[in-house]
Amino acid sequence: MFYLREHRQRAEFWEGVRDQGTVAMGIGAWGLMTGVAMVKSGLSVLEALLMTLIVYAGSAQLAAVPMIAAGAPLWVILTAAFCVNLRFVVFSAHLRPYLMHLPRWQRLVSGYVTGDLSYVFFARRFPKPGQSPDELARQQAYLMGNCAVNYIAWMVASVVGIVLANAIPTEWGLGFAGILALLGVLSSLASSPLRIVSAGVAGAAAVVAWALPLKLNILVAIASAVAICLVLEKAMPHRPAAGAPHV
Amino acid sequence: MFDLDPWTLLTIVALGCITVITRGFFFLSDKPWTLPHWAQRGLQYAPIAALAAVVVPEIVMAQGELVRTWQDARLFAAAAGGAWFYWRRGVLGTIVAGMLVYLPLRIGLGW
Repeated sequence: MFYLREHRQRAEFWEGVRDQGTVAMGIGAWGLMTGVAMVKSGLSVLEALLMTLIVYAGSAQLAAVPMIAAGAPLWVILTAAFCVNLRFVVFSAHLRPYLMHLPRWQRLVSGYVTGDLSYVFFARRFPKPGQSPDELARQQAYLMGNCAVNYIAWMVASVVGIVLANAIPTEWGLGFAGILALLGVLSSLASSPLRIVSAGVAGAAAVVAWALPLKLNILVAIASAVAICLVLEKAMPHRPAAGAPHV
Repeated sequence: MFDLDPWTLLTIVALGCITVITRGFFFLSDKPWTLPHWAQRGLQYAPIAALAAVVVPEIVMAQGELVRTWQDARLFAAAAGGAWFYWRRGVLGTIVAGMLVYLPLRIGLGW
């Protein structure tokens, strides 16, 4: 999708490239360590490369690899990956009005390349879906600019990680750069009191619910944070949800 | 090194389908349909919640428990990254400042 000229010709595409460029280093470090981890957990180099190229979902890959190595049944592996990816289902509900003007295959390809940070940057930049075809196309171009950088940074770094798996010590913990990138983006989203409440509730809930299998703690955390913020919003009707136009 | 188990290949392709299905879950149907209003309002809190849910456990937990020592490079790195963001507002600077604190503590002191 992001290779389409109609996107690249728009200024919003390059704005997206610049925005996502600020986190490319973190994404790269994360991709690198995911590549290393896949090979160290038992995939061959070829299998790890195929998984990177086809699956393109780091947390699901890291969940699936040990199960593949242990010979788990296919349906168990797929269910696990689905659960680990459940947050994307929430994101797709959010993005639906922005993408429904496209034919289905383009929507699905757009969704496939939209990782966590592309979604977050997009939702921050465009709180409301465009009202005209031109506006929607510009929003789509911004999304694809983000996705292009995310895709390239992730893929290149993952391939390097797979090839150099035995030369990069996991004890260095380079993947922490990815967490710092998310921390920076999180800070940039903390633009209203209720947003800060949302982050606090979600962080605490994710820790408390850590023992749940399949990273379901993330879904529990999102659901509880959103629910509590909606209740608080209702309880304080005269303070218009912390400045309204934020997303 | 270049072995490819057919069953593993099938698993990988099926996992790719899971990526498409989850990331495009609500794009699959063409039917006109909109989210209820409360859900639309609620979604504005979802991005930051999703990030916090991923980030916080990665900073304060180890082996499934809260860290019990302050000698953990991640705590200081996160504090440094957060301080940088508060001061300068740049995500790249947050990563660099955090890693500059993290790597010496981690590799040098073994925290």
